[in-house]
Amino acid sequence: MDETLNKLYFRSLVDSEREEAPTPEAHDLRKLKAEAKGLSFYYGEVAALKAVNLPVAEHQVTALIGPSGCGKSTFLRAVNRMHDLYPGSRYEGGIRFYPDDIDLLDKDVDPIEVRMRIGMVFQKPNPFPKSVFDNVAYGLRVRGERNRRLLVEKVEQALRDAALWAEVKDRLDDMALNLSGGQQQRLCIARALATEPELLLFDEPTSALDPIATASIEDLIQGLKARVTILIVTHNMQQAARVSDYTAFMYLGELVEFAPTKTLFTNPSDRRTENYLTGRFG
Amino acid sequence: MTPEQRTHTDKQYDEELASLRQLVLDMGALVKEQIAQAVAALERGDVETADLVINRDYEVNGYDVKIDEGTVALIARRQPVASDLRLLMSMVKAVADFERIGDKAKKIGKMTLLFSQHVANPFNAGLLRDVSTMGKLALEMLEGALDALAHLDVAGAVTIARRDRELDAEYQTALRRLITYMMEDPRMIGPAIDILFVVKALERVGDHAKNIAEYVIYLVKGKDVRHVSLEHLAQEIGTNNTSSTKHSP
Repeated sequence: MDETLNKLYFRSLVDSEREEAPTPEAHDLRKLKAEAKGLSFYYGEVAALKAVNLPVAEHQVTALIGPSGCGKSTFLRAVNRMHDLYPGSRYEGGIRFYPDDIDLLDKDVDPIEVRMRIGMVFQKPNPFPKSVFDNVAYGLRVRGERNRRLLVEKVEQALRDAALWAEVKDRLDDMALNLSGGQQQRLCIARALATEPELLLFDEPTSALDPIATASIEDLIQGLKARVTILIVTHNMQQAARVSDYTAFMYLGELVEFAPTKTLFTNPSDRRTENYLTGRFG
Repeated sequence: MTPEQRTHTDKQYDEELASLRQLVLDMGALVKEQIAQAVAALERGDVETADLVINRDYEVNGYDVKIDEGTVALIARRQPVASDLRLLMSMVKAVADFERIGDKAKKIGKMTLLFSQHVANPFNAGLLRDVSTMGKLALEMLEGALDALAHLDVAGAVTIARRDRELDAEYQTALRRLITYMMEDPRMIGPAIDILFVVKALERVGDHAKNIAEYVIYLVKGKDVRHVSLEHLAQEIGTNNTSSTKHSP
């Protein structure tokens, strides 16, 4: 019945535009940056993720939403191997990373190498107690970059990309902790961008910021996606609706629904998604 | 809202949505009454009732303004999504159609006043013949659309959308008949034109009822079925889908 309506709907599109109308599923998803396949994760005996299958489209923003404890942050942390730091945790399944098509969770894949290619920005701004310049240059130095001129160039570029350059260009030697909260968060984004990652993970990047700083980060995310693929975890549903191209709703460790953001927020197909989005939960 | 759907965690939100929805249904009931009164007044040559209908249009417009205000406030405060968003969209659109239906009732009222000024002649009854069939059909459609909206009844909505064809056919018949009257006797042109405006208004009422039925389908199914061929819609949904689409409000 729904299929019938779907067919009718698309037929009407075709009739009116006289050309093949794309289905919502057909766009950029063809080119993936990463893809979780049957990913389960256990903290000891507790399953925090249950056979999650999630595609991450290249140069798109994918948002993970869900109530506290649904596994969205656990998923994000799995992507850059942060769980390696904790003993007693284990994975099943994997996360393919393209174009090399490696499994990020493979024991042979070096987590340091993974983190060079996958940047992460956290809920609370966490600049190092160093100067603005040294914060952004940090990753490059870890990587062994010693050429001062190149460092200066790359730091400036990263700060520009993070929309922070104009505000800090005259105070690059100031302590990063003297910046405002919103500036600190953009500094952390600049620090993540400096190593030119392919995938950027955001874990509640604006929950500690005021609405204006939040808006500037959201604007930044939109601007960044031309160069880097973005995966963002957020408690704020409206933020997911504003910034993302695809949204995944997770609940109790399961991926309940994944769809283009527009579809998910106007016509979710799973009852649980509907209840969560409209505030009919628990 | 479907039986398995819960209430909002914030109960106040439920109440706001419910009261807005009730206003829309009240407005629908009012315009249905307006059309019924207008048609009856014309048939009886009852100028007083026609006047009443014309003067009551401000009430319809009052609903229009009030519901728009309520919707804007609700969007600003709640940022509705998913089925809540579709509900609001459907309500706003239905209100626009109700308002237009209200205008049609007023139009019929005005035509009744004009028509009553013509010297009574034995042909007037003939002129009015189509008004009564079309009026009945338009009212049935409007009532069906209102029921479908109140009960979120997709099957009912499809039936209404299909009946618009009948009304269009009646309109064509009426048109031919009126033209015949006018050709036979030029003195009939004045009253026939009055009636022509009336049958046109009734035909439009059917179109608006059909629009409302389409919003019901959008609201329940999340699919926009405007501009979809009627045969396909009616045939495939109407026959394959007589059960399991009825939701309690």
